[in-house]
Amino acid sequence: MATITVKRPKLSLLEKTYLPAIFKGMVITLTHAVKTVFGKGRVTMQYPEETWDSEMPEHYRGAPALVTDEQGRERCVACQLCEFICPPRAIAILPEEIPEDDKWAKVEKRPKVFEIDMIRCIYCGLCEEVCPEQAIYLRKDYAIVGTSREEMVHDKDRLYEIGGVRTGLVNKWNDLK
Amino acid sequence: MDLAFLIASLVKIGVFFGITMGLVSLATYGERRISAIMQDRSGPNRVGVPYTKFRLAGLGQPIADGIKFLVKEDFTPGHVKKFYFILAPCLVLIPALLTLSVLPFGAHFAHEAPGWLPDWLPAWLTSAKVSTPMAIADLDVGPLFVFAIASLTVYGIVLAGWSSNSKYPFLGGIRSTSQMISYEIALGLSLIPVLIVFGTLNLNEMVEQQSRDGWLLLPVSLFGENAGLDWQRWLLWIPLMIAFVIFMVSLFAETNRTPFDLPECETELVAGYHTEYSSMKFALFFMGEYAAMIIGSGIAVTLFFGGWSLPLGLDAKLYDWFGANADWWLMNWLHSVVGAGDWAVALISMGVFLAKVVGIVLFFIVIRWTVPRFRYDQLMKLGWIWFFEIALVNILIVAALVAFVFKG
Repeated sequence: MATITVKRPKLSLLEKTYLPAIFKGMVITLTHAVKTVFGKGRVTMQYPEETWDSEMPEHYRGAPALVTDEQGRERCVACQLCEFICPPRAIAILPEEIPEDDKWAKVEKRPKVFEIDMIRCIYCGLCEEVCPEQAIYLRKDYAIVGTSREEMVHDKDRLYEIGGVRTGLVNKWNDLK
Repeated sequence: MDLAFLIASLVKIGVFFGITMGLVSLATYGERRISAIMQDRSGPNRVGVPYTKFRLAGLGQPIADGIKFLVKEDFTPGHVKKFYFILAPCLVLIPALLTLSVLPFGAHFAHEAPGWLPDWLPAWLTSAKVSTPMAIADLDVGPLFVFAIASLTVYGIVLAGWSSNSKYPFLGGIRSTSQMISYEIALGLSLIPVLIVFGTLNLNEMVEQQSRDGWLLLPVSLFGENAGLDWQRWLLWIPLMIAFVIFMVSLFAETNRTPFDLPECETELVAGYHTEYSSMKFALFFMGEYAAMIIGSGIAVTLFFGGWSLPLGLDAKLYDWFGANADWWLMNWLHSVVGAGDWAVALISMGVFLAKVVGIVLFFIVIRWTVPRFRYDQLMKLGWIWFFEIALVNILIVAALVAFVFKG
């Protein structure tokens, strides 16, 4: 590419004082100000009164939650994959054995303690991606607040409460064996 | 030392200092709101009265800011020079506030105690007479005092930058110092034509001349003694307008305000000379900058826009209607209840002065969010080459006009 010499535009004497340019700039900003107050208003969404919830995209990543399926079984088998992949290590799992006389004894493992520390959670969605049992999903709520650090740790009951029941999942534990 | 003078001065200090600090907090709120509106968004619009639902369009925001500055942790980093670190914010705020002592906030204030006070009150109360100019110190060297004291701000900034013992504050402090001392020349020189035209350095007298003859930048007086247009003052308007432009631009540079805010801009220097400061010390810098802005606007209003006077010589009418000799039902009732004297004119003129100062502060805010920043060499060139020469030539022109054309 050959070099192109860019010429500076020649300014008249009045233009060199930059006062006309400043004046034109002020006209632009003041027009914006007048339009904002009297015309179509501001682009800001006034948060607690107006929210974006009705237009939230399908892939929005909110708080993680555990789900039960149509047969009432908790889907998590405490494989601890989500615990290991979680980048800020917000998930803490303690697995236990499912007793012999339970209906789902062939699953063999379930979490005794499953805690997600919402202060550490970064809502990345890696736990949802890695779960082999389709047990953990990210929901659409984003305003998780609390008044103490203990309150912000979601334990197993709370997680199932947020998660609810999810239908249409793969039920591989339904086989005969 | 006269006791009446002492008490009057203390009351004036309290009132004017209170008004100025109120204007400072209002200026922070106004800046955020107006800049937001100019950028198609809302500014702070929620705070209002604390703990209630009354929003008041966010006017309680300065209260929230003040509380934040008070309760935030104020720590001094280990690597600073402690004495100068703590001294610097004071050196920025105090000269800015000292200069408000010469600004004439209103017309002369005269008040006599009303007649209905019962006789068992002491004599100094029932026959009290107050007559005081509405400036804390009616000095005969107003502008000189202002510039001398305002130059002390440079020390504050250079100490802040130097004592912070770190790269960015150091650069910010150095840049700011050289910028401020460069524009002080233009500031002072640009005012000399104004002083030649006025013939006096007493700020109160300048305003009184403007209230009779019309403002400096609007030299028309329709009422009063010198009614009518005057071709001499319109001829002088051209160099005085140039002096006004140079003065305003130098004022922007003196208060480190965009487009001259290289010392504290975020893109170049993190936060410039106040990087290492937290909570209350930072608040002092902040308040000092806004106070300097307000006082500078006050000076500009006093010199160029007639201070506390109404335009077009309307002040004569004001004295007719609200002065000591006014004779209609409202003023008669007020004089009998509160006391005789010119106090109504003084209060109204104080309102006029504050309205004008608010107008120029709004101009400061609009310019800040309209104009891009100067490059440092452009800034220095402007101060030393353009303004210095133009101000000098301006002085010669006005002096020649006044001496040879107008014959004094």
